[in-house]
Amino acid sequence: MIVSDSGLDFSVNRVTAMVRRYWYLLRSSWPRVLDLIYWPTVQMLMWGFLQLYVTQNGGPFVRTAGVFIGAVLLWDILFRGQLGFSISFLEEMWSHNLGNLMMSPLRPVEFIAALMIMSIVRLAIGMIPVTLLAFAFFGFNLWSLGFALAAFFVNLILTSWAIGIFVSGLLLRNGMGAESMAWTIMFLFLPLTCVYYPVTVLPWYLQYIAWALPPTYVFEGMRALLIDQSFAPT
Amino acid sequence: MDAQNTSAIAVERLVKLYKGVAAVDGISFQLAPGSITGLLGGNGAGKTTTIAMIMGLVAPTSGTVSVLGAQMPAGRYRVLHRMNFESPYVALPMRLTVRQNLSVFAQLYAVADIDARIAQLAADLDLGEFLDRPAGKLSAGQKTRVALAKALLNNPEILLLDEPTASLDPDTADWVRARLEHFRRAQGATVLLASHNMTEVERLCERVIIMKTGRIEDDDTPARLLDRYGRETLEEVFLDVARGRQREAVR
Repeated sequence: MIVSDSGLDFSVNRVTAMVRRYWYLLRSSWPRVLDLIYWPTVQMLMWGFLQLYVTQNGGPFVRTAGVFIGAVLLWDILFRGQLGFSISFLEEMWSHNLGNLMMSPLRPVEFIAALMIMSIVRLAIGMIPVTLLAFAFFGFNLWSLGFALAAFFVNLILTSWAIGIFVSGLLLRNGMGAESMAWTIMFLFLPLTCVYYPVTVLPWYLQYIAWALPPTYVFEGMRALLIDQSFAPT
Repeated sequence: MDAQNTSAIAVERLVKLYKGVAAVDGISFQLAPGSITGLLGGNGAGKTTTIAMIMGLVAPTSGTVSVLGAQMPAGRYRVLHRMNFESPYVALPMRLTVRQNLSVFAQLYAVADIDARIAQLAADLDLGEFLDRPAGKLSAGQKTRVALAKALLNNPEILLLDEPTASLDPDTADWVRARLEHFRRAQGATVLLASHNMTEVERLCERVIIMKTGRIEDDDTPARLLDRYGRETLEEVFLDVARGRQREAVR
């Protein structure tokens, strides 16, 4: 491995070490694993039953309400992706281990790579069972979106990591006083990325902001795909 | 060859300002390879900031720090694998067992045979009985031994210690000092030890740098400091410096 002064060189071995560290932590406590599945399941059930109620009663909202489960599952990829990244970073602050890591040969880029991998691991543990439950309870098959789902996932996970990195910066700069941002910052995106309604519902000036946010294209695309069987946003 | 190339650590006219206030105010010193030096000073003397700049964690406002020939902080990734540190104010993840913690850090430091190295450290530092216990369930003395094991994992050429025996009972503290002495003799490592414990510094260090309000007030061997201040113990010398009593006046 070439050693440079920049800290940009990369060692898979060090990334593996960090992933092992988080994996040991995760498997040391079953409530932590349960917590990954619990809330996405509750959310999916709540929106699933609401979707069922609206579609059974007809009316003008049937078309939009038919995609509530898809919206909540995709939203959870965005939200849980960021949370998985930020919680792993917070673990280092809670355990006062950041000094050890910063004094070790671990490069920032390797640290970030390990956080990204753990974000996907935590997401997989939480979301895969929930998508299967959505199929079992409501006959909604997220996986049937196929290639579009892969594209949606890439968009959402990259956005969640970008926000995770931003939150980590806030935590480093401001300490644990910024911890609440890790849990709440994503909710700023909930109304603006139009998870449950089309962009056209927003006032014209907020529509500019909405279209500037990558996840908006996912939720618009998902609605277009499920309602109109077209990949173009409505 | 200049001092930066021949010294393990070379600090030149180092300054660190925080909002205009000097935490470190123009200090210079060099540490020879294989030496053990005590960095003494009261709270706010600038010891921790100095060590942080040596580790490359804090960028100096002005001046230079060279560690094993690398300029810090820019060149820190060239030398971090040859250094390590221990401080009671930094902890290892509590839910991981001692073995898991050491294994993770051994991989970070690219230790060749991780299991063998952990077994050796467990024998050297008497970690065997709690190697598979979560780090959070250890006593203060056991935690210090584990932190020391982590600091010695990569057989560092430079070991930075920030109050390594703080909050330990005298027996455990003495045990830790004996292990540090043994490591230093065996490895020929350069050790910089920041401490409030004068007994520790007298026992371990061949040189003492005393800091006050960001400056170096004195820098000599323990014996010469005692002689110059006309004192029996380093603690008395430290109090003379901390309270501003001049060497001449003390004489």
